[in-house]
Amino acid sequence: MPDASNWDWAVEKKTVADLKQLRDKFKGVHEFVVSPDGEKIAAPVVTEENSFTAAINSDTWPEMVELLWYLRFLPDGRLTALVRIDDQWTLMVDGVPWNERFEYAWDPRPCASGSAIGMMIKRDFKYGIAIDDKVWEEGFDGIRDYALSPDGSRAAATVQVAPLAEADIFAFSEGVWSIAVDGKAWDKKYLNTWKPIFSADGSKVAAEIRTDICEYSISVDGNDWNDRFGCVWEPLFRPQNGSVIAPVRKDGFWRLAENGKTIWDGKYNQLWQVKFSPDGSRIAVIASPEYGRWTIAVDNAPWKRIWEDMVLEPHFSPDGKRVAAIVKEVNRWTIAVDGNPWGEQFDMIWDPVFSPCGKHIIAKAERNGRFMIVADGKPVGPQYDALWDPIFSADGTKILLKYIENDKYCRQVVSASDVLG
Amino acid sequence: MYDFARGPLVWIAFAIFFGGSVYRIISTIMLAKKDKVILPYMRTKYGLRSIAHWLIPFGSRNMRLRPFFTIMSFLFHACLLLTPIFTLGHIALWQESWGVSWWHLPDTLSTLMTFIVVAGGVVFVLRRLSDPTVRMVTSFGDFVVVLIVIAPFVTGLLAYYQVFDYRTIITIHMWTGAIWLASVPFTKIAHMLFFPLTRAYMGCEFGYVRNARDW
Amino acid sequence: MKDTPESRVIDPGLDETIKKLTPEHIERVVQHVLTKENAARLKVYIDTCVHCGLCAEACHTYLSRDCDPDYSPVGKVKNTLWELIKRKGKVDGEFVKMMSRVAFTECAVCRRCSMYCPFGIDIAYLLMIVRRICSLLGVVPQYLQDTTNSHAVTSNQMWVHQDEWIDTLQWQEEEAMSEVKDARIPLEKEGAEVMYSVIAPEPKILAQLLGNMAQIMKVAGIDWTMPATDGWDNSNMAMYSGDFEVMGRVERLHWETAARLKAKKIVMGECGHAFRGAVYDGPRWLGWKFPPIPMVHAIEFYYDILKSGRIKVKEKFKEPVTVQDPCNTVRGRGLGPKLRYVVNELCENFIDVNPRFEHNYCCMAGGGTINCGPPWKRSRMVSNRVKAEQFKATGAHIVITPCHNCHSGIEDVIGFYKLGMHVKFISEIMVEVMDVPDELKP
Ligand code: SF4
Ligand code: SF4
Repeated sequence: MPDASNWDWAVEKKTVADLKQLRDKFKGVHEFVVSPDGEKIAAPVVTEENSFTAAINSDTWPEMVELLWYLRFLPDGRLTALVRIDDQWTLMVDGVPWNERFEYAWDPRPCASGSAIGMMIKRDFKYGIAIDDKVWEEGFDGIRDYALSPDGSRAAATVQVAPLAEADIFAFSEGVWSIAVDGKAWDKKYLNTWKPIFSADGSKVAAEIRTDICEYSISVDGNDWNDRFGCVWEPLFRPQNGSVIAPVRKDGFWRLAENGKTIWDGKYNQLWQVKFSPDGSRIAVIASPEYGRWTIAVDNAPWKRIWEDMVLEPHFSPDGKRVAAIVKEVNRWTIAVDGNPWGEQFDMIWDPVFSPCGKHIIAKAERNGRFMIVADGKPVGPQYDALWDPIFSADGTKILLKYIENDKYCRQVVSASDVLG
Repeated sequence: MYDFARGPLVWIAFAIFFGGSVYRIISTIMLAKKDKVILPYMRTKYGLRSIAHWLIPFGSRNMRLRPFFTIMSFLFHACLLLTPIFTLGHIALWQESWGVSWWHLPDTLSTLMTFIVVAGGVVFVLRRLSDPTVRMVTSFGDFVVVLIVIAPFVTGLLAYYQVFDYRTIITIHMWTGAIWLASVPFTKIAHMLFFPLTRAYMGCEFGYVRNARDW
Repeated sequence: MKDTPESRVIDPGLDETIKKLTPEHIERVVQHVLTKENAARLKVYIDTCVHCGLCAEACHTYLSRDCDPDYSPVGKVKNTLWELIKRKGKVDGEFVKMMSRVAFTECAVCRRCSMYCPFGIDIAYLLMIVRRICSLLGVVPQYLQDTTNSHAVTSNQMWVHQDEWIDTLQWQEEEAMSEVKDARIPLEKEGAEVMYSVIAPEPKILAQLLGNMAQIMKVAGIDWTMPATDGWDNSNMAMYSGDFEVMGRVERLHWETAARLKAKKIVMGECGHAFRGAVYDGPRWLGWKFPPIPMVHAIEFYYDILKSGRIKVKEKFKEPVTVQDPCNTVRGRGLGPKLRYVVNELCENFIDVNPRFEHNYCCMAGGGTINCGPPWKRSRMVSNRVKAEQFKATGAHIVITPCHNCHSGIEDVIGFYKLGMHVKFISEIMVEVMDVPDELKP
């Protein structure tokens, strides 16, 4: 979460940038991104000479590069991009490239606190992780996924720890995959490892493992749960005590297990994307109580209302009392709160944003190619050409809107009571 | 023997036939629930559409590819089902016992139809023996089924032409008919019960789910 | 077991893996699959089949092999599943090897036979049960198993590293720009109308197809994106190897990637089995009755952009062409008429095949058969003589194959039977004949 306390919550509406000017200046302008505080809009731009840089408001980064993409703002407002310089890749932060250069680098992500940024890299035919310009000493034969510890000091990745000859199904079934933490692989090897994740204090790593054709389980720091399951999905640490929760499949049904023991005995047809309430006392998860029917289950109680199309991940209110999720029926999207869908549907809808008190929900939505804010189910205010997720001020009295209208990017602070009615 | 056949046997046979058929259909539908992916895709329109295409002679490409077999098979099945229902002798029995009667086939026609069933059975057997593809998947039971099916028709003919002792023959006829009825739910003849189910399901998987034809 | 050229094929995926099997293990797996994983369909299909052999002539392998009874659909079921049921799973390794060969390399699970069986018995489904058993026993042709392993690790079917994927897209974007001004492959664009997904052979060996698509998308003015994460591959050989857990994992990621990118629909490249995996088998295993987000096959997409005039044709393709209806788009979606519309819009001289539409013969590359690799190629070719005859009769020079498996499979058939034809994807012809407006000329 970005720290919004020192943002400008006073001004009402500010035109930050004229995008037409930007377009006139460059041969190509790619997708826009905006800073969390809304003060900046940026895009990768291409010059007539086919070199790239990033444009921020009316400025650009001074250095021109061969290729620039994946331009993203960090929660603290720094701007990053993957860049190619002299045929080598690295990360540029606020216009300054890292010292380290790579054969390839991709998927940069900030840690939860936002202070550090990591990414996957390839160098000399070996794969690894780099965090804040520091690279793992040991490289691996392959990498598929990684996670940063909440404070960004550590990283864990799914890595291939032994070479695999072409079509060598026998070596594969012996296991060539493991989890590497800070560049050191676990002793154990598996057929597969997926979805590593750190505990809240960064001391432990859990991941999905596969030990045989149809034997799945969870491992924590290389100590596997005793039981094997027909399938498992991504594990998650309880924020408080560091125990591990994961959906597991047994006898064709899904259940929730904690440290290897079933805690939800309900027989679900599907169960994934477990989420904890902020205090860690409640669990919400996407669930399919019967074939073809989807909903959210909170503490082992599925909502009564079901959807056939799709239900996306649950979101807890800050006080942990309410749960909201994006739902879709007959290809129309909306948000459901505690099992009750909003009355109106949209062509697309973005994640629900709870007010600090938890009473209200606002979200960005799309209809006929135009974007709007929806508050507690009702579209409010004007429609925009483009819009970013709205943000509440800490006291909940104001809402920050970031949008594009008539080719101008604007930042506007509105009173929450106006929006929420 | 005759009296038993004339009386309780018929009822037992009908009871097994109806009871067994209902049981098999219901247990299949229950089982289909366990399969999860069947019932949610069933739609009357597409089910009937498929059934219709396969009940109309030459309604499917496979039938058009083998006209002789198609004609023979349709005649066989039609005669097999219709003859017992519309034969004068049978209706007379209903009339005698229950006082109900309905339209009956002219004698010559019902005889001809009976011959067709018997001939069809013989052709099926010959096909099983002569066509290597069919022979390979044929088991002893497949011949027994043909025998069960045509036995009442053969005996019916023998009775009609009064070959051998009429009373003996008619008793055998009743017994074979009862066996025929009673074995419907529990032998391969059950394909007559499952045809609408499997056909409708495939019709829906093709038509409703996949926007395609299955004939 | 019969001694045939097919039974003598050497494949470590079968020969070596059966050595580790014990009778108890085989019996346990067979019983598990027959009683726990399957219910009504298995029972009713087995009970209903009247052993009539009417399904035989549906099968291209049977027809191509001079009506060899072992290759009739019901014959394959008899040799495998019926025996398993009869012997209650008490079979040996050699038997498992034989049934693996039959189920994986001699049946393409193309479902043509269920249109010929009067009862609509889904024989392909029955053979999929056999495949499932083989998969759980680990007795799967080596190359197919390797593809499944790739899916398990990478979520794509050809071990494409993440960096290779992105790098290839960036390279193809450049290539496309030299043909069409401002053509792009917008990566990770949240909220785009379309997420375009492909199968791994595109970045791995046929990268120009990605560049083609960038050109087409630009000219047609489509708001589209491609993911720069795993989840971009819509193919699914795990579905065919019988590893349904891996199949489900791959499909979940594919759909969640589209949801993450906030795409309103997925348009997929020219591939048939990928359509099946993403639209039917995958969602069903995961618990969706229908795909959670609309999925549009390339044929339909081309149809839409031609019909709406988003793509105009400058000059039609001259050489005589014919088509291959991919099983999974024709029996799997009824796209036969739309395919012909597209072909007629793009080509001057189209000669249709016979039989066609839902009745078209499988290419004998689909259903995972081509992924069984080189050891089985000869057998596949012998199994598809009718396909060669069908194309030969058209006299066309080009076979349009809107499916990767068909594409490779037909190429093999053309080579093996010396037909002197060529195969092309629709997109290859489309970029050749489409009208690029002046303002988009580089
Ligand atoms: S290859 Fe096709 S027609 Fe032949 S048995 Fe398999 S599914 Fe049936
Ligand atoms: S599957 Fe159908 S067509 Fe084939 S033998 Fe059985 S009943 Fe006859």
